[in-house]
Amino acid sequence: MTSPSVTPAIRMTGIEKSYGPVHANSGASLEVMPGEIHALVGENGAGKSTLMKILGGLQAPDSGKMEVNGRDVTGWTTPDAIKAGIGIVHQHFMLVPTLTVAENIVLGMEPTKSGLFDGDAANAAVEKLGRDTGLIIAPKRKVADLSVGEAQRVEILKVLFRGAKILILDEPTAVLSPPEVKELWAVMRRMRDNGGTIVLITHRLDEVMDLTDVITVMRAGKTVGKLVTRNTTPAEIAKEMVGREVVLSARDKMKSGVSAPVKTAARASAGLELRNVVVTDPLRGRVVDNVSFMVAPGEILGIAGVEGNGQTELIEAIAGLRKLVSGTISIDGKDVSYFDVAHRREVGLTHIPEDRHRRGLVLDYSVANNLVLGVQNRFSSGGVLNERKIGDYSAKQVAAYDIRPPISAAYARGFSGGNQQKIVLAREMGHGFTVLLASQPTRGVDVGAIEFIHAQLLAARGEGKAILLVSAELNEVMALSDRIAVMYRGQFAAVVDAATATTEQLGEYMIGAKKESVA
Amino acid sequence: MSAQFRAQLEEAIIPTVIALLIAIICGDLLIISYGQAPGPVYRMLLEGTWGNWYGFGQVLYKATTLAFTGMAIAVGLRAGLFNIGAESQIAAGGLAAAMVGIWLPAATPGIIAILVCIIAAGVMGGGVAAIPAVLKTKFGAHEVIVTIMLNFIVLAFINWLITAHLHQPESVHTATIHAGFLPRLQEFFPAFHGAAANLSILVAILVAIALWYFLFKSRSGYELRAAGLQPEAAEYSGISVHNVWMKAMILSGAIAGIGGINFVLGYEHYYEDGFATGAGFLGIAVALVGRNNPFGVLVAALLFATLSQGGLAIHAFVPKQIADVLQAIVIIAISAAVPEVRRLLLASRKRVTA
Repeated sequence: MTSPSVTPAIRMTGIEKSYGPVHANSGASLEVMPGEIHALVGENGAGKSTLMKILGGLQAPDSGKMEVNGRDVTGWTTPDAIKAGIGIVHQHFMLVPTLTVAENIVLGMEPTKSGLFDGDAANAAVEKLGRDTGLIIAPKRKVADLSVGEAQRVEILKVLFRGAKILILDEPTAVLSPPEVKELWAVMRRMRDNGGTIVLITHRLDEVMDLTDVITVMRAGKTVGKLVTRNTTPAEIAKEMVGREVVLSARDKMKSGVSAPVKTAARASAGLELRNVVVTDPLRGRVVDNVSFMVAPGEILGIAGVEGNGQTELIEAIAGLRKLVSGTISIDGKDVSYFDVAHRREVGLTHIPEDRHRRGLVLDYSVANNLVLGVQNRFSSGGVLNERKIGDYSAKQVAAYDIRPPISAAYARGFSGGNQQKIVLAREMGHGFTVLLASQPTRGVDVGAIEFIHAQLLAARGEGKAILLVSAELNEVMALSDRIAVMYRGQFAAVVDAATATTEQLGEYMIGAKKESVA
Repeated sequence: MSAQFRAQLEEAIIPTVIALLIAIICGDLLIISYGQAPGPVYRMLLEGTWGNWYGFGQVLYKATTLAFTGMAIAVGLRAGLFNIGAESQIAAGGLAAAMVGIWLPAATPGIIAILVCIIAAGVMGGGVAAIPAVLKTKFGAHEVIVTIMLNFIVLAFINWLITAHLHQPESVHTATIHAGFLPRLQEFFPAFHGAAANLSILVAILVAIALWYFLFKSRSGYELRAAGLQPEAAEYSGISVHNVWMKAMILSGAIAGIGGINFVLGYEHYYEDGFATGAGFLGIAVALVGRNNPFGVLVAALLFATLSQGGLAIHAFVPKQIADVLQAIVIIAISAAVPEVRRLLLASRKRVTA
């Protein structure tokens, strides 16, 4: 497929980059032809981001060679990269919420009229760019008022406005709803057909299959494979990524009898029960609007839905981080509505938070210290921490949850996303509990770790724990749950049996096209 | 583990040393521009501080006050709080120590009198700090604003108390205490004759040891640091962040308050307005340079006390303001250079291991 007469848009060979003892890239290479959508896949910490940082001029490689459109650009700087038409759309939005769409897009290269900012010209330029690319968005809207999908459109427009011909997207769909993803795909295909080159960094193999032409797989800093999309399968890609066979669907594993479903009638009382719970937000009103449900011991109730429909607030209310306006929450039949966080944890609640960087970990604490966060009482006597006990426990959990590198004294900040999540898991599932709140448990986590986390959740289910799972990944919800609730605008739009649910059916509830009255 | 410890030590010391070098170079330029040779001026500065017992005793005295305010600010910063109120907390603590020392009968056994005075100073300093603590945790008022404003209120109130009620005729200080005297170092080492250094320095060292143990070995210290590093993670784990802030602010104020004993119990034996002027603010720099570690704070306090006392020693050659400028340059150099030097240090270590 690579004809020798065409110069690659990007060609990186033998790239080496170390951060201290960590070889982020060693023997990494990437060749992207103009006009193709190229997937860059690999586990967390495989070196994808480092490679893209080098390409974007944010980092200089220790050694290796880099060419863009045939020109040797090894070790260039960010302004060089932008000038040469490399545009990176980052995973985290970098927008100024108080400015308008157009103001954000032109920021740094604003059109001026007699020395002053020319707002009309900016609006016109953004409108034209939108028409040309299909990324339509009203230039005068405030970024603060945009949905995540729209904000992402602004991010993409921002790099296109700077003349990007080679677009690098770092996990662009992590926060999008299925219709928004579809729209993004259409835009990307259109850009490719107009001669644009796109590198897509992603964890989602279905996206890779759907959209891309060529796949580069990285593992442990090295490029281990280059596959042509139409000649490969998700299983083959996953195998390249982790270096062994991977069970892609947790449900397959369940079916194969690794964890048998538990009779839900085994216990009389519900593990977790909510009655008419209302939570309000000063700016957005009733973010959780009269929600009632129960999760039985040995059951996983999955909550699907586009992010921002009240899932976060619901979980925080159950965890004790948000006040209830009305309604009750009970754990094991005990009303905990007025308990604080610590007290709810004592009763048997445990919680994998959606944002491990903000809530789940104290990033500048060691692994050992993070592993006892919230249970520090059990690891101290007379008000003094028992360091030996913490160290022993940490060593045990690091081994049991395969946290890599296995260094209890290292700061949590230095670990890859997947391993950070394992630290959270090792803590939250490492001691007795009856109810588990798992919020986006596999977000930003690689295939190998996803498999591990799913297995842990299913094992907990097998042990009779009541699990409430919230995930933006519809596949994940469908694979793990016994029942699925779809949350839309603070309410449960539907609760369906996972065995019979389909993506299309759930998708309609997710975007509010359909609503079923739920008692 | 020992390699890691060495790395930590390097990270703590090397940037500070480099910042000091920068300050010295800037100082050179200043001294040269004033028409003097830097060498003799620095020699003078060192001879006047560490070069003779009296000068050294004065350094120790000044360092003691700064150690208390520095530790006070450090414990606040560890919890994520910026206590700018040490300036008035130390004054309130000093006044409390003086009033209790005056009230106690002269026959009170020394050790008991001293302890009672220290407790009074701590309670008063903590009490002053409780105001911003309550306003922050109950109403969300920012502790920086409240502590700054409270400095004016508390200092003005104390000033009124002294001038209107408590002063001795023809003076701006209170009566002399009857009990609670902390002996000067000269009573054990005659070489210190005339220097203000006193056993308060021992109290400062004991407080540093206790504070270090509290911060890094106790459960409450673990919770305090977690709340300071990442309040949302602490809250998620069930730690009451408001509770931690309340306690940390009061502890901070108490440590600053105890700092008042250095002058009141150890040196002049009465309360005098303005006895620790500037110590609360300089304590911020001391905490910064000491990296919020109690032992680091002790070393930083010595450094700043040296510069302060050294300013007096070089007065004959250059204006003593030069020493003040040097202090300021040290602060700026450390706040600017430390992150950069640390980055370079880490980068070089990477190259070695790579």
